[in-house]
Amino acid sequence: MAIIKFTNKGIYCPQGNFYIDPWHPVDYAVTTHGHADHVKWGNKNYLCHELTKPILQQRYGLSDNVQTLPYHEEIDINGVKLSLHPAGHVIGSAQVKLAYKGEICVVSGDYKIEYDGISTAFEPVKCHTFVTESTFGLPIYHWQPQELIFEQMRDWIAINHLKGKTSILIAYSLGKAQRLIKNLAGNYPIYVHQSIANLNDGFKAAGVDLPNTIRITSETKKEEMQKGVVIVPPALADGKWIKSLQQPATGICSGWMMVRAGRRWRSADAGFALSDHADWPGLLTAIKATGAEKVFVTHGSSAVFAKYLNEIGIGAEEVTTKYGSDDDESLINLIENTN
Amino acid sequence: MKRFAQLIQELELSNKTNDKIEALVAYFNEADDRDKPYVIAMFTGKKPKRPVNTALIKQWAIELSQLPEWLFTESYHNVGDLSETIALVLPPAAQNIAKPLHQWVAELAELAQKDDEAKKTYVTNAWNSLNTQERFIFNKLISGNFRIGVSNKMLVNAIAKQTRQESSKIMHSIMGKWQPHKITYEALTSGSHVNTDNSWPYPFCLAYALDTKPENLGDPAAWQAEWKWDGIRGQIVKRNGELFIWSRGEELVTEQFPELHFLKDELEDGIVLDGEILSVKEGKVQSFSTLQQRLNRKTISKTQLQHAPIGFFTYDILEYQGEDIRQYPLAQRRTLLASLVEKLETKQIVMLSPLVAFATWEELAEQRLNSRAINSEGIMLKKLDSVFHTGRKRGDWWKWKINPYTVDTVMIYAQKGSGRRANFYTDYTFAVRDGNQLITIAKAYSGLTDKEIKEVNSFVNKNAIEKFGPVRTVKPELVFEIAFEGIAESKRHKAGLALRFPRIARWRKDKKADEINTLEDLKQLLVAAETLKP
Repeated sequence: MAIIKFTNKGIYCPQGNFYIDPWHPVDYAVTTHGHADHVKWGNKNYLCHELTKPILQQRYGLSDNVQTLPYHEEIDINGVKLSLHPAGHVIGSAQVKLAYKGEICVVSGDYKIEYDGISTAFEPVKCHTFVTESTFGLPIYHWQPQELIFEQMRDWIAINHLKGKTSILIAYSLGKAQRLIKNLAGNYPIYVHQSIANLNDGFKAAGVDLPNTIRITSETKKEEMQKGVVIVPPALADGKWIKSLQQPATGICSGWMMVRAGRRWRSADAGFALSDHADWPGLLTAIKATGAEKVFVTHGSSAVFAKYLNEIGIGAEEVTTKYGSDDDESLINLIENTN
Repeated sequence: MKRFAQLIQELELSNKTNDKIEALVAYFNEADDRDKPYVIAMFTGKKPKRPVNTALIKQWAIELSQLPEWLFTESYHNVGDLSETIALVLPPAAQNIAKPLHQWVAELAELAQKDDEAKKTYVTNAWNSLNTQERFIFNKLISGNFRIGVSNKMLVNAIAKQTRQESSKIMHSIMGKWQPHKITYEALTSGSHVNTDNSWPYPFCLAYALDTKPENLGDPAAWQAEWKWDGIRGQIVKRNGELFIWSRGEELVTEQFPELHFLKDELEDGIVLDGEILSVKEGKVQSFSTLQQRLNRKTISKTQLQHAPIGFFTYDILEYQGEDIRQYPLAQRRTLLASLVEKLETKQIVMLSPLVAFATWEELAEQRLNSRAINSEGIMLKKLDSVFHTGRKRGDWWKWKINPYTVDTVMIYAQKGSGRRANFYTDYTFAVRDGNQLITIAKAYSGLTDKEIKEVNSFVNKNAIEKFGPVRTVKPELVFEIAFEGIAESKRHKAGLALRFPRIARWRKDKKADEINTLEDLKQLLVAAETLKP
C-alpha cells in the first residue's frame, strides 16, 4: 500500500488515517504552513510546526485542537513515523516526512532553497516519493540572490525619500512581510498594516526575533510614513488608502515580477522579483537532492514540469490539488482573503 | 548600453506619462550623444535591416540553455516576447562587457554581411557577457521591434523639453527621412536635415470622438460636416518634382498606390493634401475589406488593381506654394482645396470629400443614419474657423461615428496574449450557433477590463482541455457581445462571412450559451448590408 493517496479532500495517508493540507474538513490534518490555501478551517485536529501555531491562532482563532512539533522530532501515528523538516518558505513552514515499512515519502508543501534570514533554512530530505510544488516551474525563473534584490529595494527607497515620495511595498502578510522587515530594518522606521502587525505580535510572543515595526492606525501621520517604509498586503494594492498617502510609490514583491509582462500587468511603480517559492534551478536541485524515484507535481506549471522531469529521467506525475489558489504568488490578482 | 538599459527599466517601471518623460529627458541629458539618434530611431520604429534571422537566434538560445525545444516554446508562451524569453532562459553570464549602444548597433550592422558561424560566435559571446536586462536589449537591437510603451508624441515632448524647442518642430524633424549613423543628435533635433528633404509630412490633426449631444456644439452654421471615411488616413506631398504618400502610421506608402502617381504631373510643387486613401470604383467608395486587399503588399497584381482600385478623398490642404498654411481657417483652406481639385485633369480618382449639408443638428443626425449605405462610418464635424492642429486637440474637430453592429456569441477558444498580457488568456475566439453546431465567427482580444480578464483567465484554467501550448479549448459557456463595423462575404472563413473590426463590447453574464445569435441572424444582416449599398 502506498503511504499517500491523492483524494478529493486532499493528500491522504491511509495507514495513519490523516490528511496533509486537506481542502475539505477532516478529523486529522497535518499543516505544512499557514497560507490560506494550505489551511482550511473546520478540521477537528491540526498538527503543525510550533511556529505555525501562532498563525492558526491569529488567523483562525484555533488553539486547543492544535498539536505542535519542533523540526526533526519524530512521532508515531499508527505505525507511520512522521517528522517535520524546514521548508524555508515562510516562518514555521515544514516538509512532512512519512516513513512506513522502509518506504519514505516527503510532502513538501511550498518551499524555497535560499535562506531568507527569517524562516528556518530549507533542508533536503532523502526519500522514495517526493511531492513538490511547481509555482515557478519554468526555466524563465531564476532568482537573483536576495541581497542583490534588497540592495535594489534600498536604492529605490532612497530615491523615493529624495523625491519626497512615500515608499509602499506590497507583500503578503505572512512570509514576505516578515522577510522584508528582517532585511530592511535599521535604516528607517517600518510601518505595517494591521494584518501584518497582528501576525508579528504572534510571532514575537512565540519567540521569533523580529525587528520592531509600527502598526498603522488612523492616528499614524502621513508625513512620518513618507520618511519611512510602508508594508501592506496585496488586497490594499490598488485601494484608496494608498492613493491618500503623500506621493505614493508602490513596489510589488513577487516572483511574477521576473517577467516584464508581470511587472506591466500590475499598476505599480516598481517590481521586485522576490519570491518565497523555489525558482527553476531551485526546484531541480531540491528534487535531485531527495533522490526520489517518484515525484508528484502539484500546483503551478505542473504538466510542463512533470513532463520535463520525465525527460531527464525522474519519474514524475502531475496531480491536481486545490493549492495555489489563495497564495499570493500563485494568484494573479494577489487577493488576500484574511483580515 | 548600461545607461540605455537603465532608461528602459525606468520606462517600464513607471506607468505615469510625466515620469516617463522625465526619464527620457534625463536620458537625453546624460547619454552619449552618439547613442541618441539610435534611440530615437528605435523608439519611432525605424528598423535597421535584421542582421540575424529569428530561427537561428532561437536555435542558438535553445542549444545554449540546453532545454528541449518544447520547453523553450512553452516558456515563450508564458513570457510573450522572444527576446525576453531568450534573455531569461540562458545561463548566467560568465563575464561582463561594457560597450556603448552605438557600438553594439554598428557591430550588428556589420554582422549582417558575415556567415552564420561568425554570427553565432558573436551573438553567443554577447549573451555570455551581458546580464538579463542587457541581453534583452541586445536581442531587441537584433529584432528591431522595440515597443516599450513610448509613443512618438511622448518621445517628441521629451526631446522638445530637453532641447527647449517647439514640439511640432521636433515632430517634423524626427518624422522625416534620416539615418541614425549619418546624423548627430544636434542636427536631428535642430531639424537641419529636413530642409533638404522633400518628403516630410505634417503631423496629423486628429479628432476626438463626440462625447456629448451635437446640440452642445452650438450654432450649426459655425460647423462643417463631412463623411467619416473608413480607409487609410494619408498625406500627399508634392515638392520639387517629387511625390510622396504618407500613411497615418508615418509610413511612406507611395509605391503601394500607383493610381495616385498621376499627381506627380498634375499637382504643382509645394502642395500637401490631407485625406483618405480608399478603394473607389466609378467615384463610389468601396468597403474597407475591398481596400484591405491592397494594403501592406510588396507587389500588386493586375487583378488586385481591377478589383480594388484606389482613390483619394481629400479634405484638407496643409501647404500651398511651399507655404505652411495650417494656420488658415478651415473654410479658407477648403475653398483653395476645391479649386485645386477642380483643376485636375484626371477625374474620379482624387476627389474632394463631399460636405454634408445641414441646417439643424436634427437634420444632420438623420443624414448620419445613411452613413453605412455609402461605406462611411459616420460624420466628421470640423469648426469652419479651425486651424490644422498638431495631434489630438479637443474642441475643433469631432468624429461622430455610427453605432456598431453587435452579436451575442459564446467563447470557444482562448489563447495567451503577448506583451503586457503574456501568461494570461486574453485572445478569444467566439462562435455563433448553426443548428446544433457552433461556428467560429470572430477573434477578439480587447474590450475587457483587467479584472474581467482575470476572471476569464481563471475560467479557462479550470475548463481547459489541452495542457500544452498557447491555445485552450474551453467549455462553451461564457457569452460575449461582440461589436463590429461591417460584415462581408468570405470564402476563407468557415462561416462564409467575416466581421470587420470585431471587439468585445460586453461580457453578457446575464445570458446563457443557448441564448446566443445564430449564423442565420448574421446572414440576414449580410443581405441587409448588401441591399443598402448604392
